[in-house]
Amino acid sequence: MHIPDNFLSTPVWLTLDGVAAPAVLWVSRRARKELDEARIPLLGVLGAFVFAAQMVNFPVGVGTSAHLLGGALLTAILGPAPAALAMTAIIATQAFVFQDGGVLALGANVFNMALAGVLAAWLPLRLFAGRRSVGLFLAGFFSVMMSAGLALAELTFSGIQMPSKLLALSVGLFAVGAIVEGTITLAVARAIERLNPRWTGAPVHQGSRVWAGITFAAVLVVVLGLFAASSAPDGVMRIGQWADLHARPVLAAPMADYSLPLGPLWLRRSAAALLGLCLVGGSAAAASYFLLRRRSS
Amino acid sequence: MHHVVVEQWSRRHSFVHQRDARAKLLVALALLAALATSPASPVTAVPFALLVAVGIVAARLPLVSMLKKAAVVLPFSMLFGAVEWVAGQPLAGAALLVKSYISALTVLLLVASTPQPALLRGMESLGAPRLLVLMAQTLYRYLFVISEQAQHMRLAAVCRQGSAHRSQRRAFHAAAGALAILFARSYVRAEGIHRAMAARGFAGEFHSLRPPRFTRMDAVFAGVGSAVAVLAHLLVSHA
Amino acid sequence: MTPLIEVRGLRYRYDDGTEALRGVDLTVYPGETVVLLGANGSGKTTLLLHLNGLLQGEGSVRVCGMDVSPPTLRDVRSKVGMVFQDADEQLFMPTVLEDVAFGPLNQGFPPDEAAARARAALAHVGLGDIEHRAPYHLSAGEKRRAALAGVLAMEPEILILDEPTTYLDPPAQRSLVKLLVNLPQAKVVATHDVRFAAALATRALFFDKGQVAREGSLSEIVELFRWDWDA
Ligand SMILES: Nc1ncnc2c1ncn2[C@@H]1O[C@H](COP(=O)(O)OP(=O)(O)OP(=O)(O)O)[C@@H](O)[C@H]1O
Ligand SMILES: [Mg+2]
Repeated sequence: MHIPDNFLSTPVWLTLDGVAAPAVLWVSRRARKELDEARIPLLGVLGAFVFAAQMVNFPVGVGTSAHLLGGALLTAILGPAPAALAMTAIIATQAFVFQDGGVLALGANVFNMALAGVLAAWLPLRLFAGRRSVGLFLAGFFSVMMSAGLALAELTFSGIQMPSKLLALSVGLFAVGAIVEGTITLAVARAIERLNPRWTGAPVHQGSRVWAGITFAAVLVVVLGLFAASSAPDGVMRIGQWADLHARPVLAAPMADYSLPLGPLWLRRSAAALLGLCLVGGSAAAASYFLLRRRSS
Repeated sequence: MHHVVVEQWSRRHSFVHQRDARAKLLVALALLAALATSPASPVTAVPFALLVAVGIVAARLPLVSMLKKAAVVLPFSMLFGAVEWVAGQPLAGAALLVKSYISALTVLLLVASTPQPALLRGMESLGAPRLLVLMAQTLYRYLFVISEQAQHMRLAAVCRQGSAHRSQRRAFHAAAGALAILFARSYVRAEGIHRAMAARGFAGEFHSLRPPRFTRMDAVFAGVGSAVAVLAHLLVSHA
Repeated sequence: MTPLIEVRGLRYRYDDGTEALRGVDLTVYPGETVVLLGANGSGKTTLLLHLNGLLQGEGSVRVCGMDVSPPTLRDVRSKVGMVFQDADEQLFMPTVLEDVAFGPLNQGFPPDEAAARARAALAHVGLGDIEHRAPYHLSAGEKRRAALAGVLAMEPEILILDEPTTYLDPPAQRSLVKLLVNLPQAKVVATHDVRFAAALATRALFFDKGQVAREGSLSEIVELFRWDWDA
């Protein structure tokens, strides 16, 4: 799900560009350290492979077909940092060459699919290192759930008003898409392993299981939260109002003057929403940082 | 295919094609940001649409084909435009539709007037990480080769499907097998590429040729282009 | 005269256990063009890959008096230029000029010097006017020449060519022959194309199952193994 330009409000795309840019820099430094020099061309070629793979249709019941999205498969093959970088290259190419996804929204799309999506794919692979099939399926499932969920959240925060029924419908569709991606990822990875078991060998034992577990729990909360939000939007709204009510005095307190204008409602809402997003994203990033650092020591 | 046509356009000659990639990137970003921060009304897009149209004409690109190509965003935009409309904000929906289309057209103008290598090199000198640029470069280079292979495979699959009725399950696994083979070919190709790189002395470090010079004309283009974008923004925000 | 290439008792086994080379000897002197003939899978490519250290097997490989081993790889690779069978793998950079300059840049030349060498090499192979084109739009003949330019820009003393006529039409083959006979370097060429070989070879080797079955003049080898259509 590539968000085009003009769908996100300015604070949303600007913040996500600001978050994604240093994150990509960091990921590329990490990937460079991790990668054997012989695998450098592989990253680009596999990026082209993911593009081409999208031309191959998988039948998924009653006359419909789907195609591989690829984030989880790349993670299983390359490991998290190189996969995130490869996904970034893919998303940027889609935005510039194919006008699929916006340029200002590049940060958002990279954050959703290349950073959060790959992280969500990596965690189950790490946690279910012993049960590869489960790990592969969950990797596909959570990468899509995470990316689509974040995209939906960002659009909502940007003031795109979605009737609650439609919201529920789209989350349902995401879930179906996520199951399909999980199934395709599993089938393709298995087929590749049959050709040559060394090809899908991203080292899955790197990093601490504890941190992986904690981060994975955060991912679960986000995904479950998405389901909750879509099935009971009123509840979420009420939480939002409650937070607004209680957060306002806290924010304004140090400034003595209570009537200090905090800007129009949309600004406050999106600021609060963004803060939440950044907190979730930030803690996920911090967790994965420790997770990965443990591995190199 | 989309990228083949755009690639051919990008190798034409015009005043716009001659400008440095960094200058064009800057102007495109200024236009995109100016449009994105303008009020949400379809009228907002008018001056920006005119600017992009002027750019297309100056770059001697085919206007109608460009307009058609940029329409790839429309399905997505229409969906959300409709959502807004249902939610009782038809004007916001229309603005979404028009603005996202103009933005796509702006990006298309950028890539249709700048060859991919020059664009990537421009991005690198504006701070994009080296490894990322290399990957995007390799990706683009082998996109042509590997998607051709995928097309052959798809053709072969279509031919086979004509002869035998297979169960969904078998068809699904056949598709997985096809992708595995496509993967294997990509993998072997990557090894071949690395071998060719090593044969010419590659030892892990990439060195590049000097980027082209940023001329005074490029600076003027970047300055005037961004100023016009800001003016357009001011015009629509205060009208 | 000291040989440029000296291979003694070379054996190589791939990871999967295939014995690709089973004791190969080869000596190449300056100015020679040695043609390798032999069936598919007889080990020609595997031998060529040893000549600039892309594979390292048992036995000895010496190039310009240096033992081919990790410490000498850098020097060996600037003495031995290798043109691969699949030009698409060799031309990986986004423009022809950048691709041809890739070798000189790795040799440590500053960017301007590397660009100058690349332009000279391109002019030499007759591609002076396509330096900003992307490699994937070139014809097969142009790709082959560009790949050759990429190697010539490094000014090697030995040229290795693996099936250089693949995908080339007869006029392109002819112009490749013209180009190659005028190059001063010693050459080792693996090919199945006898007419092409005849135009270049000073000597021929026949490979069979990872060994050199016979060495001699091209006509002898072709006669002996009936390695031609109408032979
Ligand atoms: N990467 C590899 N892994 C395993 N076996 C290989 C590999 N490459 C080649 N071989 C095997 O090694 C043997 C020699 O192969 P090689 O490519 O050197 O032959 P060749 O003479 O160049 O053949 P051709 O004329 O078809 O190019 C063959 O049996 C081949 O199957
Ligand atoms: Mg061979």
